[in-house]
Amino acid sequence: MSLVERYDLKVVKYFIVMASIYLVVGTSIGVYIASELAWPFLNDLGTDLPYFQFGRLRPLHTNAVIFAFGGSALMASAFYIVQRTNQTKLWSNKMAWFTFWSWNLVILLAVITLPLGLTQSKEYAELEWPIDILLTISWASYMYNFIMTIHIRDRNKVPHVYVANWFFMGMMVMVTYLHVINNLSIPVDWFKSYSIYSGVQDAMIQWWWGHNAVGFFLTAGFLGMMYYFVPKQAERPIYSYRLSVIHFWALMFGYVWLGAHHLQYTALPDWAGSLGVTISLAMIIPSWGGAINGILTLSGAWERLREDYILRFLIMSLAFYAMSTFEGPVMAAKTVNALSHYTDWTIGHVHSGALGWNIMVASGALYHMVEKIFNVRLSQKLLGIHFWVHTIGTVTYIIAMWVSGIMQGLMWRAYDEYGTLAYTFAESVSAMHPYYAMRAAGGALVVLGAITMLINIIITIRKSNREQVSAQVATA
Amino acid sequence: MANKNGKESLQVKFEKNIFAMYLAMAFAVSLAGIVEIVPLFTNPDAVKDEVVMPDGSTKSLLWQRAEGQKLADWKPGDGVRPNTALEVAGRDIYQREGCYLCHSQMIRPFRDENERYGHFSLAVESKYDHPFQWGSKRTGPDLARVGGKYSDEWHILHMRHPQALVPESVMPKYRFLDSAMVDGESIQAHMKGLRKVGVPYTDGDIAEAADLVKGKTEMDAMVAYLQSLGNMIKFEDGVVYRE
Repeated sequence: MSLVERYDLKVVKYFIVMASIYLVVGTSIGVYIASELAWPFLNDLGTDLPYFQFGRLRPLHTNAVIFAFGGSALMASAFYIVQRTNQTKLWSNKMAWFTFWSWNLVILLAVITLPLGLTQSKEYAELEWPIDILLTISWASYMYNFIMTIHIRDRNKVPHVYVANWFFMGMMVMVTYLHVINNLSIPVDWFKSYSIYSGVQDAMIQWWWGHNAVGFFLTAGFLGMMYYFVPKQAERPIYSYRLSVIHFWALMFGYVWLGAHHLQYTALPDWAGSLGVTISLAMIIPSWGGAINGILTLSGAWERLREDYILRFLIMSLAFYAMSTFEGPVMAAKTVNALSHYTDWTIGHVHSGALGWNIMVASGALYHMVEKIFNVRLSQKLLGIHFWVHTIGTVTYIIAMWVSGIMQGLMWRAYDEYGTLAYTFAESVSAMHPYYAMRAAGGALVVLGAITMLINIIITIRKSNREQVSAQVATA
Repeated sequence: MANKNGKESLQVKFEKNIFAMYLAMAFAVSLAGIVEIVPLFTNPDAVKDEVVMPDGSTKSLLWQRAEGQKLADWKPGDGVRPNTALEVAGRDIYQREGCYLCHSQMIRPFRDENERYGHFSLAVESKYDHPFQWGSKRTGPDLARVGGKYSDEWHILHMRHPQALVPESVMPKYRFLDSAMVDGESIQAHMKGLRKVGVPYTDGDIAEAADLVKGKTEMDAMVAYLQSLGNMIKFEDGVVYRE
């Protein structure tokens, strides 16, 4: 029996295609708003129209890459992995389709409402309350279906639940908490609500959400992908089971504390900030536990990196993951944070994770699934182009933001020989121009890479469909 | 897999019973919130609203509003108060246009920030801010104490064409605020919503709101909001505002 007959894979295919489309869309908006910072006249697209201005499009960029691209990639891989590792069809194929359509409806509504300025003004939680409710229902259907699929497995064939599933489930549990609690608000009409929290409590809850959207949605979930696709693509078992148990529970317990490090030296009580920093510093251990576990899975098979581009995506993503989970604790440390907070360094850090880790591991996962599900080889040439264009783009982006971020921090606190502030704020803005241009160029390379992925996936699917048709004709 | 003594470990049990594992995860991820977030709601010190004066007396940082006083009776330095109707409209626009994405409203206790922006921010100053607008990025300068720093005319010109006043600026132009009017009824609805989440508006404040914003443009509202930022508390020498 072929894979397609044994499992419910059609919904997975749809999520794969949507993920690669949303990646192009989300990163393109990113390049546009990055260009607005370098060349502000771009804000004036359509005289006196607010819809294309930075403040309106930036939430659309973050929501599109995190929830549209990241969410679709997570759903595609979770529905694929849960079936493969538990050797069963989905508990409910219908419910998976409900998840697909409702999730895409959320994204469509985001594309409409965010440029219109309908926002809760909480970062990455901008969507207004009716969309939040829809998102909650969609997410709950995803989680319920996933857990029930594990539950109905044949326990004689699969007694233990494989590690990738734990990570997905951890993400589902935590994201439900985060989304519901952070978005609690009182509506005043259909498109406007006020958070029930204010000031310092709201700040803490927002960054509890903000950091764990990263820690769970973009880390735990994507580690779930890593734990399945790295061993599969390398055709070797995961390096250490014991390490995966330890770093899984350390991650579940530890990540949740980190939000407070976004609020150091603010009006948040000092004890809370310090607690957040302490655990942040310790988090390097579980983070690197995952990176090491993934990379060492390849030990003894390093030569495969030479010809296997999909494996290259996966391993390069772990290198970026290790780098940005080292950078994170460094930036959380009080003395560094005093300089780095409020600067572009934060943006650079987020993107070393998002471009280097998330997009790369998800690209590897999407490519792997396409080859398996459609039973056909992808264009190796396009894979190679995507890999290099994306890597160069990511490195360009990160370097631009390191330089601009550290420069901002230093200029703001610089004093001249008379003991007065050396620079006006405006001077620090104009000093950023070359780096903002460089960042836009790096981002443009990422978009180019995303376009090659979309093209590659689409021509591969079409090729597979043609081959199936001709095979049917041949046997007829 | 089993331990040395032949018993199944907890981990193995979780791996076999997915619901048990679910509960274990839910427990593990809850701990931090209980320790780190709950005290911010239960401990009044998290949002300190009174200070000890040099003569030993305590003084509230909140506006002590007398019966029958209107929001308009408040004077700068009287203490933290709810936004007026026009300021609520301005704040809504501030949220709508995503100003918080480039401007922070949270001054940290560093020498350079105190000289550039003013006294460091206190928790009580955003007590009525639903949601908070502290921000996380300074593509533009901090606005926590921008109130009173520039004239209304400066703000209007700057909003219309930022580069005309600050050539290096990368801020978008907000000319469209000039032609949009503030809607009194929806501001009343917004103030009622804010009252539900804890902002102490009186019935009178809400009743008079529609009249107060009548004929005002979004530009007027925006300027009113910006001018209200950061001058609610009068900071005095010899007082410890934060340990």
